[in-house]
Amino acid sequence: MSAAEALLEVDDLVVEYGAGGGRKVHAVSGVSFELLRGETLGLVGESGCGKSSAGRALMQLPRPTAGQVRLDGEDLTLLSGEDLRRRRSKIQMIFQDPISSLNPRRRVRDIIAAPLLIAGDKDKQAREMRVRELLDAVGLDPDQAMDRRPHEFSGGQCQRISIARALILEPEVLICDEPVSALDVSVQAQILNLLHEMKDRYGLTMLFISHDLAVVKNVSDRVAVMYLGRMCELASSEALYARPAHPYTAALLSAIPEPDPAKPPQPVAMTSGELPSPLDPPSGCRFRTRCPHAQDRCAQEEPPLAEIEAGHYVACHFPLWSGAAAAD
Amino acid sequence: MEADSAEPLLSVEDLSTHFQTPRGLVRAVDGVSFELQRGRTLGVVGESGSGKSVMARTLLGLLPSVARVSDETQIWFDRQDLRQLSGADFRKLLGPEIAMVFQDPLTSLNPVMTVGAQIGESLVHHLGMRKSEARNRAIELLASVGIPLPEQRVGVYPHQLSGGMRQRVAIAMALACEPKLLIADEPTTALDVTVQAEILDLLQRQQQERHMAMILITHDLGVVAGRTDDVAVMYAGKIVERAPTKELFDNMRMPYTEALMNSIPRLDDPPHTVIQAVGGRPPDLIDPPRGCRFSPRCRYAVDRCRTDPPELSATPDRADHVFSCWYPIDRSEVAA
Ligand SMILES: Nc1ncnc2c1ncn2[C@@H]1O[C@H](COP(=O)(O)OP(=O)(O)OP(=O)(O)O)[C@@H](O)[C@H]1O
Ligand SMILES: Nc1ncnc2c1ncn2[C@@H]1O[C@H](COP(=O)(O)OP(=O)(O)OP(=O)(O)O)[C@@H](O)[C@H]1O
Ligand code: SF4
Ligand code: SF4
Ligand SMILES: [Mg+2]
Ligand SMILES: [Mg+2]
Repeated sequence: MSAAEALLEVDDLVVEYGAGGGRKVHAVSGVSFELLRGETLGLVGESGCGKSSAGRALMQLPRPTAGQVRLDGEDLTLLSGEDLRRRRSKIQMIFQDPISSLNPRRRVRDIIAAPLLIAGDKDKQAREMRVRELLDAVGLDPDQAMDRRPHEFSGGQCQRISIARALILEPEVLICDEPVSALDVSVQAQILNLLHEMKDRYGLTMLFISHDLAVVKNVSDRVAVMYLGRMCELASSEALYARPAHPYTAALLSAIPEPDPAKPPQPVAMTSGELPSPLDPPSGCRFRTRCPHAQDRCAQEEPPLAEIEAGHYVACHFPLWSGAAAAD
Repeated sequence: MEADSAEPLLSVEDLSTHFQTPRGLVRAVDGVSFELQRGRTLGVVGESGSGKSVMARTLLGLLPSVARVSDETQIWFDRQDLRQLSGADFRKLLGPEIAMVFQDPLTSLNPVMTVGAQIGESLVHHLGMRKSEARNRAIELLASVGIPLPEQRVGVYPHQLSGGMRQRVAIAMALACEPKLLIADEPTTALDVTVQAEILDLLQRQQQERHMAMILITHDLGVVAGRTDDVAVMYAGKIVERAPTKELFDNMRMPYTEALMNSIPRLDDPPHTVIQAVGGRPPDLIDPPRGCRFSPRCRYAVDRCRTDPPELSATPDRADHVFSCWYPIDRSEVAA
């Protein structure tokens, strides 16, 4: 893993939204990570913790409040106009709600070809060939699908169409924002398998955003956990699920209901259970108002993301284990 | 299973609910039967559109006017024949006898009334409490569902609460009159796992304290595994398998149950494990497949499956485990 090169480097990303009266929503507050070429990085955390804001900021949609997003070494936050558009086409995104993210009035052929047109491709016949090729790749019959409109398809089929649209410009990075959350379990598996196949076939690097920890484990090489705009933990999938070091990761994992009556969930108790507001996040460690291990220091000092084992990063003053403890 | 001999609280027989639509008759629920004892929880699972919510809404008498419940349908609740009750008498049961919690708490909460006033209203209306008494009881109920600072929370409106807190309020409201049966339709689907665990713990605790029966509808097999006594699996408007929860997970017989189980990623599996998706498309309920409704998607299907519908039945050794399949999976054979 260490030999792999970073395709996308995100440094100290900050996303804030105006909330009226001079107040700000602190959606993402200084998050850094890398996407290694060819890997899938999972991004998990509860609703409102800033996953989508981070994903959109990578695409400069909108441009982040602060921080750098370097694609192949080039900082996208410094580009604009045609330069930005050309570079950005290397990153594509698919969303949670496949039906509403497709224009209902347009035919599937036009929806999928739209990015080509915007990029200035004028060859109509070549475009049609590409659309056919991609429909076929995502498991839809081009002859049947090309001239129909989104409402004539099921949710799972619409997600296939948005994947085809996202791949038509041959992106290097695919950001999947809850791509299966709105789908039924049986369809979810089909789409996950399809994403896997597309990744192999087109050599994609993926950021996979989801609040479903079992799904994230299945698709990811590494996983990052966010809480209230900050990153808590980042490690290989295996290590994160086997030995979480951040109290929040441990709480999340302990709450997952497993489909096995012999393993009833034994959730780690958290304090109060109420989410603090992103308008006025707690000082120091943002998890401290719910953390069962919080101490005075947690309110005063913000814990930095530190490497406690090769490739395993944790932002906590009192991690559940540390490299030294793990050695014995 | 000790409760088996007792008279069931709820007994449903041959329940069918159809919708008249321009395209034809949608057989949303088609001949569903089950019983539920006091103090027990029945989980209902199945893919989207399999009829879980329509079944629940039929029990609650909350169907749109285009829906038609068949004449064969029998619903007995606490020795009353619900099919014979007038609309007004039926509505008297809702709240004090049968209560519900939905996926979106906003559908059961009134946006322009404070949380305390809503809970209080049903206490005044159904139990004849005085207003001040009802307010105090509302505070107690909010505390019992784990809402911090309940004295302050009685005065807030639903939109001022987080999704998890709203669902707690909806549960407090549902429990206000101590119903005998609670129907929860995807009560935690919109919530984060940590909040989900809290809400399910809460439901389970309240249920045990009150010896209430519960129908828990969900598409999450994880939720079903840890929180129910029995499970009914629905497919295309029918119950295709029903058994005590542990038995169902240990020894599933119906291929659809197996396919559903295989289609979810497991935490135990290493990353990148290939998931076995159920192929094909959900059935069209206007023109369901002949024979076994799962046959177009079943990996074990043979000719007979495509012509003869299998009945829901048990094997001689386990009367409490029923399934509808001509060629049920036999785990002992698989293991051998
Ligand atoms: N356009 C916006 N204007 C103002 N606030 C926003 C905007 N978009 C998001 N937010 C707020 O920023 C925070 C982070 O939101 P975001 O959508 O990134 O979270 P998320 O982790 O993707 O959540 P979910 O799991 O619910 O999708 C939330 O408090 C949200 O309410
Ligand atoms: N008002 C209606 N008119 C026509 N058909 C309807 C109506 N309400 C529900 N249906 C149909 O009845 C079937 C069963 O729907 P139901 O809502 O019970 O499914 P479900 O199992 O609860 O699914 P989900 O998991 O998505 O909630 C579906 O095919 C649905 O399209
Ligand atoms: S820094 Fe303190 S409050 Fe934050 S997670 Fe660690 S122990 Fe808990
Ligand atoms: S009856 Fe046949 S098609 Fe239906 S589930 Fe059993 S084996 Fe499959
Ligand atoms: Mg999001
Ligand atoms: Mg439903």
